[in-house]
Amino acid sequence: MINSLIEMFSLSFMIRALIAGFLISLCASLVGVSLVLRKNSMIGDGLSHVGFGAFAIASVLHFAPLEFALPIVIIVSFFILKLNENSKINGDAAIALISSSSLAIGTFVVSLFGVNTDINNYLFGSILAISKSDVIISVILSIIVIALYIFSYNKIFALTFDEKFAKSIGIKTNLYNIIFASLCSVVVVLGMRLMGALLISSLIIFPTLSSMQIFKTFKSVVISSVIVSTIAFIIGLIISYLVATPTGATIVIVNLIIFIIFKIISFLKS
Amino acid sequence: MSLIELNNVTLGYEKHIVLRNIDIKIEEGDFVCVVGPNGSGKSTLIKGILGLIKPLKGKIKYNNLKQNFIGYMPQETKVDANFPASVLEIVLSGTLNNSGFKPFYSKEAKEKALNNLKLLHIENLKNKSFADLSGGQRQKVLLARSLCATSKLLILDEPSNNLDTKSKENLYEMISNLNKEGITIIMITHDLDHGNLIGNKILSLREDEIFYGSTTDFVRRIHHDK
Repeated sequence: MINSLIEMFSLSFMIRALIAGFLISLCASLVGVSLVLRKNSMIGDGLSHVGFGAFAIASVLHFAPLEFALPIVIIVSFFILKLNENSKINGDAAIALISSSSLAIGTFVVSLFGVNTDINNYLFGSILAISKSDVIISVILSIIVIALYIFSYNKIFALTFDEKFAKSIGIKTNLYNIIFASLCSVVVVLGMRLMGALLISSLIIFPTLSSMQIFKTFKSVVISSVIVSTIAFIIGLIISYLVATPTGATIVIVNLIIFIIFKIISFLKS
Repeated sequence: MSLIELNNVTLGYEKHIVLRNIDIKIEEGDFVCVVGPNGSGKSTLIKGILGLIKPLKGKIKYNNLKQNFIGYMPQETKVDANFPASVLEIVLSGTLNNSGFKPFYSKEAKEKALNNLKLLHIENLKNKSFADLSGGQRQKVLLARSLCATSKLLILDEPSNNLDTKSKENLYEMISNLNKEGITIIMITHDLDHGNLIGNKILSLREDEIFYGSTTDFVRRIHHDK
C-alpha cells in the first residue's frame, strides 16, 4: 500500500492532478455554500454543460480549450443571472434551457466534425487530461477565486442570507452577483478537466450539504465544506489510482459516503 | 423637520402602476403605521423609500439621512428559517453599510452589534443558530440587524406576523421604546389595534382613497364611517 502511494506520487501527472484538484475542490466548496443556500445548486450543472459545448467547439476549431471555454462560460453565467431577473422564465427553466442547448450544440459539432478523444475527457473527466499549463492556470485562477471570496466574504454572507436587505443597505448586489457568477464559472471550467461535465456539480454541492447536516453557523459550514471537499478529493484520487476507477466518479462516491456519515451523526445528535 | 418627503410620487413596475401621486412628509420622531389590504401598495411604497425601485414619477427627498442608512426589517417569513447562521453573524451584517472591501468586521462594528443585542435583551443568543430560535426571537434578531444599519429610521414590514400575543406585545413595546429614544419608525401592519395604540400617524392605502394623518383623526374617521 505504502509502496503504491510512493509510486503514485512519483508520477508527474498525479502530482499535477493533486495540485490542480486540491485547489479546484477548495474553490468549489467555497462557491458551493452560497449556491446551495440560495437554492441555485443546478447552476453548476448548467454551466458545466455550457463548458462542454465550448470545449467541443474549441476542440474542433483547434483552439486552446481552457482559454476558449472560460470567457464563454462567464458570459453565459451573466446571461443566466439576467434570465433569472426576468419573471417570464424562472431560474430552473432558464438553466435547463441553456444547459440542454449547450449539450446539444457540443454533441452536434462533435458529430459533424468527427469524434475527438478529448470530448470523452470533458464529459467524464480525466486526470491524464491535466497538462502543465492547466496546472499553472488552475493555480493562478484558484488564488484569484480564494482572494475574492475572502475579501467579499461578509458581503457574500449578507447577499446569501437576505438579498433585499443587502441591497437596502447599499451593497452593490448586482456587482457581487456578477463577481459570484464569474467565480462559479471559473470553478466549473477548471473542475471539468478533472471531474467531467456530468459530475462537476457534485463537487460544488456535496461538501455543503454534508456540512449543513452538522454545522449551524455560516462560518462553520464554510470551513467544514472546505475540509470535506479537499479530503474527499485526496481520498478519491488515491482510491481511483489504487483500484483503477475513474477519478471523478470515485470522488463523488467518497463525498456520498461522507454525506451519509454526517447524516447519521446529525440523526444521532438529535 | 421632515426626514423623508414624497413629492407627487408614482411607484410601480413595468406597465403596472401601484401607487399614484403620493404626497407625504414623514417628520423626525414620527411613528407611522402603514395599513391597507393586500395589493394596495404597502410593500411597493417601502421598496421606493429604500431605493429598491425608482419612482416612475415625482421625487423622494431624504433630509439629513443617507438612503443606505435606513434600517429595514423584512417579514420574518421571507427569510430562510433553516439558514445556517449564528445570531451574531446575522446582526453584524447590518453594519455593512459602513464598511469597505474588507474581509473582517471592525471593532466598532462588533461593539455596535453587541450593543444592539443587549438593547433588545438577546445578547445571550449571540452564538445560537438562527434555525434554533423561536419566531419571536428571530424577529428580534432581524430588528437588531436593522438597528445596526441605522440610528434614524427603521422600516418594519409586518413585524408581528406569526407571533403569539405575548411575543407580539413584547416586540411592540421594544419598537415603541426605540421610537421614544428618537428613532423614526415606519411600520407596515395588519394589526390595526396595535397600530392605533402605538403609532402617532397612519398612512392608509386603499384603492379609492389614501389617508395620511394623525392616528386620532383616523380613528375618528372610522367611527364616523360606521
